[in-house]
This record gives sequence, C-alpha cells and structure tokens, in this order.
Amino acid sequence: MTTMTKPVDNGVNVEALLAAREALSQAPEAAQFTWRATCEWVNGTHSRSTVSGFFGLGEEQSHRTTFTFDADHPEIFASEDHGATPVELVLAGLASCLTAGVAAVAQNRDIQLNSVKATLEGDMDIQGILGIDSEVRNGFDGIRVTFDIDADATPDEIRAVVAQSQKRSAVYDVITNPTNISVEVR
Amino acid sequence: MILPMGSRRTTAVVLGAGHAGLAMSRCLAERSIDHVVLERGEVANSWKTERWDSLRLLTPNWQSRLPGYGYDGDDSDGYRTMPETIRFIERYAEVIDAPVRTHTTVTSVRPGDEGYEVVTDRGTWRCRAVVIATGACAIPSVPAVAEGVPAGIRQVTPNRYRNPDELEEGGVMVVGASATGAQIAEELHRSGRSVTLAVGEHIRLPRVYRGRDIKWWMDRVGVLDETLDEIDSIERVRTVPSLQLVGSDDRHSLDLNRLSEIGVKLVGRLAGIRDGRAQFAGSLANQAALADLKMNRLLDRIDEWIRDRGLDDEHGPPERFERTRVPESPSLGLDLRKGAIRTIVWATGFRPDHSFLDLPVFDRKGRIRHDGGIVEAPGLYLMGMPFLRRRKSSLIDGAGDDARELSTHLADTLTNRRMAS
Repeated sequence: MTTMTKPVDNGVNVEALLAAREALSQAPEAAQFTWRATCEWVNGTHSRSTVSGFFGLGEEQSHRTTFTFDADHPEIFASEDHGATPVELVLAGLASCLTAGVAAVAQNRDIQLNSVKATLEGDMDIQGILGIDSEVRNGFDGIRVTFDIDADATPDEIRAVVAQSQKRSAVYDVITNPTNISVEVR
Repeated sequence: MILPMGSRRTTAVVLGAGHAGLAMSRCLAERSIDHVVLERGEVANSWKTERWDSLRLLTPNWQSRLPGYGYDGDDSDGYRTMPETIRFIERYAEVIDAPVRTHTTVTSVRPGDEGYEVVTDRGTWRCRAVVIATGACAIPSVPAVAEGVPAGIRQVTPNRYRNPDELEEGGVMVVGASATGAQIAEELHRSGRSVTLAVGEHIRLPRVYRGRDIKWWMDRVGVLDETLDEIDSIERVRTVPSLQLVGSDDRHSLDLNRLSEIGVKLVGRLAGIRDGRAQFAGSLANQAALADLKMNRLLDRIDEWIRDRGLDDEHGPPERFERTRVPESPSLGLDLRKGAIRTIVWATGFRPDHSFLDLPVFDRKGRIRHDGGIVEAPGLYLMGMPFLRRRKSSLIDGAGDDARELSTHLADTLTNRRMAS
C-alpha cells in the first residue's frame, strides 16, 4: 500500500524566490530597489495615494494595475471618514508584511497553512498629535500583533515560522528601527 | 640560484601559532612536510594579550582534543582560565616541537616563483604552500553607529577590556548579548555599576542539560561534527553569534533571565545614535522568542537522541526552561549626553585581519573565498574560522579534524604539482 502525500501548497513559489536569492547574491546591484508612492490632497483630511511603478532588477518596473488608497480621519475628528487613518494603513502594512512572510516561511519549511489571521492593535495617546503634552510621542506607544494560525505543524513550529517572519519583514524593520527621512519642497 | 638577503626556503609556511596553526604544524610534521610557523608575538598570543581577566573557556577541559595532545588532568568537566589556556597551548607547541618563529610579523603574502613569498619584518620566506591560521577574532567589529557616540564616553572593545577596575565609575551600556556581552554585563553589574544591555540576535543555551554539559551533548549527538554539506545555508552558519555561555565553577547558565534578575536593564538592538541619543530597536521580544525556540529545538534533538537509544534511564528527565522574560515595554532610547552612561562596551563580534594577503582571493565583502578552507589559489589554506569545514571548526576541539583533512589536501597538491612539473 502506498500513501499519497499531498504536496504543501501555500501558493508561494519558493523555488522562484530561492532562485532569485541565489541570482541576486551573485549580482547585488540588481537587488537595489526603490519603492514609490504619490499622494494627492483631496479635501480636508482626505487624501488619495497612488502606487504604480517601482525600480528593481536594474530597471523600471510597474504593478499590473495602479492601486489607490484613500486615507482620512473618522467623524469624531471632525473629518468625513473617506478612508482608513494613515496609522491604520501602517498597521495594515505591518500585518500584510508579516502575513506574507508567514506564508513564505511556512512554504519553505514544508508546512501547510489552512488559515492565517493577524489581528493588530496600536495604542496611541493622541495628546501627542494634538500638541497637548510635549512629552507624549505622536506615534504608537506599542503595537500588538496576534496571529491565529491553523497549520499542519506543532505549536512551536508555528511560533518559529512567525518569529522568522518578523526577522525577515521589511515593515517590521521599518517600524522597530529608526529610518532617516528627508523631506523637500519643490 | 642565489637567494636574496634574508630570503629562506621551506615547503609550507603556517601563519599563527595558536591552537589551529599548531595543529596544522603537527599534521605537516607527521607527513614530513618541511615548514615553519610564523607568529607575530608569542605562542598563544591573542590568549595572552586580547582576553579579559575573568574569562574562562566556554568548552570543558576534555573538549580540547588536538592531534597528539589533549587534557590529562583530573578536572575534565572544568573550564580553563586564561593562564591555564595559555599554558595548555604553550605546552602543545613544546610537545610537538613546533618550528615556531616568534615575534615575526607577516607584512605580505604574494605570488612567488614556485608558490608564494611570505614577507616578514624578519626577512622573506619562499614556499609552496601557506596556511593562514591567524584567527577569526583579530579586529573588533564595531558598528557604524559608534560614530554618533558623544565625546567623553569611553568606548571599549572586548580585546582591550580587562576588568571592571579599569573602567570609570558610572553606568555602562554593553552592546551585544552573546557570550562576551553577557559575561561582561554580569561582571560590570556585580562591580556596582548600572548596566544597560542592548540585545540583538543571540543563542541561548543551558550550561548543563540532563546532568551533562551542553557541549558534551552537542558533541555526543553529532551537532558539532556537522559538515558543510549537511547544512542549508553556509552564509547563515558562518555568521551565527557565539553561544550565550560562561565557564564557571558552579556551571551556571548565563541567560537574559539571570541578567535581568540581578538588575541588568535589557533593551533592544542598538539601532542608531542620533543627536547623542541611543535608539534601540523594538524587536527585543522577537529576538528572545527566536532564541528560546532555537534552544528548544536543540533540546528536542538531544531528547530524541536519548530516546532513540533507549537511554532515558541513564540521564535526568527532560527539562524545558522558563521562556525569556523581557520587559513589557523595553526602553527605546537613552540619552547618552546626560551622564548616566560613562562607558560603552562593544561586544558586537570580531572579524579576521587578512590584510597582509596580496592575492586576488577576496569576495566583495573582503572575506577570503574558500571551499572548506581550501582557497582558490593552489597551496593556500585557511583555518580556525567559524564553520570552516564543520560546526566545531572555530573551537580548539575542531582544529584537529580540519588540520588532518587540509594537510592531506596540501600534501596531495604538492605531490600533483611535482608530478605535473
């Protein structure tokens, strides 16, 4: 009797990623990417960001389609609530990055995922952004991420996937480490 | 042919009279390959001049097996002090009668008519083979963020640190929580200073597990003997931090829980210093989680090894240690200009110094390209580096197997070239 084992498939092409990693380690200049977004003010606190092209592998690249993201503030801030707040978009960015990482790491470790849900909470004392108390920072006091994962693996294997996902996450790095930002006015 | 002044000939030149160079010398002697061992200082030089006073080897006494030599005392589970380590290596040089030329600094290794010219401050050697055993820890790797340290704060690297008495009174920030950083943080805290420990990636292990030293298990289970073809990523295994261990009489474990219990303040990896303010990454919890999970994977492997052999009755019961406790909201910044920190200890690792090599053998990051210690240039070999050929390559205990294999390759290369010419 033979048992058929269904191959692990999280929809991540790990072979392609590993091949890219190998190719880029030989040609590090092609690994230099530039990501872009533009943002136009609409009205009030409502703005619309657009993401379309980026640079990588030595040349201009473009997404399959142009993506737009509306951002605004809720009505309790006397705004019209046309979109998520920018800080919620940051949480969404972190969540997406960690979740994509979970899928990729799990695939690489031959772990079949059945469901993954990340729940994020960021605490903020808005006395900072309102300028009430100069000792209160504008940003989050802290961010909590809770993963609910159903996968064909032991709890420790799942924890290791999540830990590795943080270790390799761009947005996690952006949030946990300082980044120089230059802002110019044309 | 008349040799230029001060130029001598030998078959092989070994650079460095530490345990690795001496092990190679012994293997070459066994094959009757004429050679010298050039040493910039004295035998066991970096052990004599670049270690702090309280340091003891992380490996137990029995685990210093060198070709034709080993531990013969009555404390095989103990950990050598620095004077004992120095004496151990000095005696090895005597026992094997190694042809060491001390106080000879190599300034260049370059192509020669039959192989290489090794230029030193005491003349030039012409040879057919060169073995680089100058050590993996020559230059402290201090991160670029150090440029932002305000004037007036003393900065110390572990190769220059000796003991707490040498430092000013006042607070210390120790950067790096591997063996060196954790040990120095504990020592400085016990000297009465307030210590902040910046924790990046680290490897946590218990000193003793199921009644045996963790190194005994790693040796017995085969972890230390794993070779390059048994691992996924060479890059990864060559850059893992050192094990968070200490050698002591009471054989205690040195982990972050112990350090925070005595009052060492844990913060995340030092990410930057801006306007005199140190910035710590918000990743401490994940660094701790990664280390705990990795430790448990090793303990699982040990338990499995014991179970598979039906040896559970011979050893204590399996144990899992309390997870690393990290502060709920670790500090993200520390103003270095306010006087709370008087000294910074950079326990951020080391890199080798191969700047004397005038040969095109380096990769784009300035590291020697090699395949298990065999450098592309024929007759050129490298020893004593992390995971050179196997996990134990950087240990005293790993030099023997590497030296045996590389000396075989060296001898074959000499024979083949002689036959070819």
